[in-house]
Amino acid sequence: MIEVKNVSFSYNQEDKTTEVLKNMSLTVNQGEFLVILGRNGSGKSTLAKLLNAVLVPDSGTVTVMGMDTKDEQHLFDIRACVGMVFQNPDNQIVASVVEEDVAFAPENLGVPSGEIKKRVEESLKAVGMSHYRKHAPHLLSGGQKQRVAIAGVLAMNPECIVLDEPTAMLDPIGRLDVLKTVQKLNREEGMTVVLITHHMEEAVEADRVVVVHHGEIVKSGSPREIFSNVNEMKEMGLAVPQVTELAHELIGQGVTLRNDVLTEEELLEELLPLLEESR
Amino acid sequence: MIKDITIGQFFPGDSVIHKLDPRFKIIFTLVYIIAVFLANSLLAYTMVAVFVFGSIFLSRIPVKHTLRGLKSVLFIIAFTALFNLFLTEGEPLFSIGPVTATKEGLRMTLLMIARVFFLIIGTTLLTFTTSPIMLTDGIESLLKPFAKIGLPAHELAMMMTIALRFIPTLIEETDKIMKAQTARGADFESGNLFQRAKNFVPLLVPLFISAFRRADELATAMECRCYHGGQNRTRMRVLKAGSRDVFAAITVFAFCGLIVWTRLG
Repeated sequence: MIEVKNVSFSYNQEDKTTEVLKNMSLTVNQGEFLVILGRNGSGKSTLAKLLNAVLVPDSGTVTVMGMDTKDEQHLFDIRACVGMVFQNPDNQIVASVVEEDVAFAPENLGVPSGEIKKRVEESLKAVGMSHYRKHAPHLLSGGQKQRVAIAGVLAMNPECIVLDEPTAMLDPIGRLDVLKTVQKLNREEGMTVVLITHHMEEAVEADRVVVVHHGEIVKSGSPREIFSNVNEMKEMGLAVPQVTELAHELIGQGVTLRNDVLTEEELLEELLPLLEESR
Repeated sequence: MIKDITIGQFFPGDSVIHKLDPRFKIIFTLVYIIAVFLANSLLAYTMVAVFVFGSIFLSRIPVKHTLRGLKSVLFIIAFTALFNLFLTEGEPLFSIGPVTATKEGLRMTLLMIARVFFLIIGTTLLTFTTSPIMLTDGIESLLKPFAKIGLPAHELAMMMTIALRFIPTLIEETDKIMKAQTARGADFESGNLFQRAKNFVPLLVPLFISAFRRADELATAMECRCYHGGQNRTRMRVLKAGSRDVFAAITVFAFCGLIVWTRLG
């Protein structure tokens, strides 16, 4: 549904030009949970902003449901179709009451009042924040604020949501909260999700993982394929999930294990027979 | 705590006054101000008193709270009262040293005190019973007709909304920076006024930088949610005047009429 084709992008700052994306191509399929991994400065946030026409590529094209992001006419259609959630929840909440904030986007789109109320209710329900509709955002926890921000995007009835490091500023509980909400949206509502992160644990549940390094897509595949090559990931300055790393170290010590373990359960499954054997 | 500061002193409630359309309430307040300035007799002020205390009673806000607003202007009242009392020409009443109080002066003083008193009580009732959001909505809606002559009604309302939203956030941030700078040896409490002002520089610089960064991010986030100014924008909550508002309007204008009548009669 989103097609990124041979896209290059650079920022011009005074007299120096920094090339951020180099001839990048990527397709986001309908209904998938896509995780984009990359270290700071790899160009992953720039990529996110290109997906809903906040930025326009220097060369190449980005098309959303067949609409070119360069086409000013479709600007609002594109932005309503691809919702964007940013890192700092404080800086994306506009109003001083939760439900007012969720209503912001549909108000901008000129949706009639009755329909807005319905959308606000549904969106808050989808992120499990219905109870807080009359609350002031600054009194909510980080995870709750971020869920409100997600609801604010859902109220546009988007086909896809792009989350740019939504958990970077949250505590572990808030992080899990937001991640579960996003997973639920993907599984139950069929929402296409593009999650940009540098927390490897968040990538484990993805349908597909794409690794961005120096403005290029260097790897793409299932989480299992991506994380099984621990050394390669480390060379790019990226970690792998802790469990995978542990398994990797064990293999290094001569233990015979699968090298693509992703969860604690899987590791346990691998280790228990070995333990029994050694008894 | 610094976080607990409330803005606008809104008292949430469910009274008839709370439920009035904010646009009507703003207009009522303006009409009321005019009425208070027109009133110049004991009879008229009795009417004003009955009207304003009646409204306070209906709003179920303790009278004590509404009187609190007077505290800040007490000094100004006392000051102007003295000037009025002694500097008005007319029939002498008594004198202290070189200055003489006059009968006309006394009348002016009482009139002035009554005016300020009723003005403040009446207008605080508006902010007490109307949430900042409703107030913003009301102002936007009232200013809309002036948009044709170039008044940025929607933009003003949006600015107010965002300001209200970010006041607590920025207060929290100020608190945080203050603590961080104190931990680094900054001193915000001692020294004379000039030194103290200078000491605030390490607080203000980071605060401003962060505020600009926030503004930038917020602008992007708003664009992502299809914000493009007030054009073709709808609202979730549509202000609708009901029979309650019409009834209140009749009452307010009847009251104003009575005040005018006291001047004619």
